[in-house]
Amino acid sequence: MSGRVLVGVKRVIDYAVKIRVKPDNTGVVTDGVKHSMNPFCEIAVEEAVKLKEKKLIKEVVAVSCGPQQSQETIRTALAMGADRGIHVEVSGKDYENLGPLQVSKILAALAKKEDAQLILLGKQAIDDDCNQTGQMTAALLDWPQGTFASEVSLEGDKINLVREIDGGLEHIKINTPAVVTADLRLNTPRYATLPNIMKAKKKKIATMKPADLGVDLTSRLEVLKVEEPPQRQAGMKVETVEDLVGKLKEAGRI
Amino acid sequence: MANPLKTEVIRLYKNLLYLGRDYPQGSAYFRQRLKSAFMKNKDVTDPEKIKQLVARGDFVIKELEALYFLRKYRAMKKRYYEPEK
Repeated sequence: MSGRVLVGVKRVIDYAVKIRVKPDNTGVVTDGVKHSMNPFCEIAVEEAVKLKEKKLIKEVVAVSCGPQQSQETIRTALAMGADRGIHVEVSGKDYENLGPLQVSKILAALAKKEDAQLILLGKQAIDDDCNQTGQMTAALLDWPQGTFASEVSLEGDKINLVREIDGGLEHIKINTPAVVTADLRLNTPRYATLPNIMKAKKKKIATMKPADLGVDLTSRLEVLKVEEPPQRQAGMKVETVEDLVGKLKEAGRI
Repeated sequence: MANPLKTEVIRLYKNLLYLGRDYPQGSAYFRQRLKSAFMKNKDVTDPEKIKQLVARGDFVIKELEALYFLRKYRAMKKRYYEPEK
């Protein structure tokens, strides 16, 4: 086993920013807006670095697909403890159409190229909320998947996982190589402080294009319109119970 | 200020300034408060006192990291998980 872990990190609009829809309803305003690493990706990076600190794996490689600015996100992963980065350059129209299917094709190709033992991803991105990349990557590689992981432990060549599901917690054991997606309670990600960022400048980031991996980026989806959610209707206060019953009858509720 | 301590203080200032970029009330507000906090102590010469102040600064760094984590955790929990009964 190579002992190499691939961690996918995505550059998204910062979670605390108020999102605004573009006036032409084609998308969301991203120019000049603060971006950062997807919170679930941070948890994935932290888990990979923790595994390396426990000497259970040998190398953590951070991967990001996107324009030039994605390198900042990779730098943050390097500052958190990743060993090296891979930037798959996708920009312009290709980047607008980049979705889980394309990213999972890229990750699958990289996993084979880098002989990865484990792929760690966030469970979903906070911008598109697809929750598909991990699952698709596992399917393309025909690897087992442990999604919504809230606990991960390596046992020989198997992985013990606790998954957060609707009914509670599910304990599973899967073979490696595998794909694992991180849920909120997996760990507490460390903050990439300035001294760590400075040290990470020495680490290498390799750049490549999707074509170098033989990946076709055509999307089968087309965004028709993006609009704001409906405004929340103001509530109404009534004086008596009779008023309440009257209003409910008016609204056709009773 | 004694020379090795000077680099300590500058290091602390730079680290805090970097952390301040994510401050909820804005990085400009943080920078203002940071500068005035450091300026208030600019005439301190006793090495022991300076070490104490630097240690307090390191503590503030830990507090900020905890603040940022909690804010993010609570926001994600609110957005993606059912409220606990």
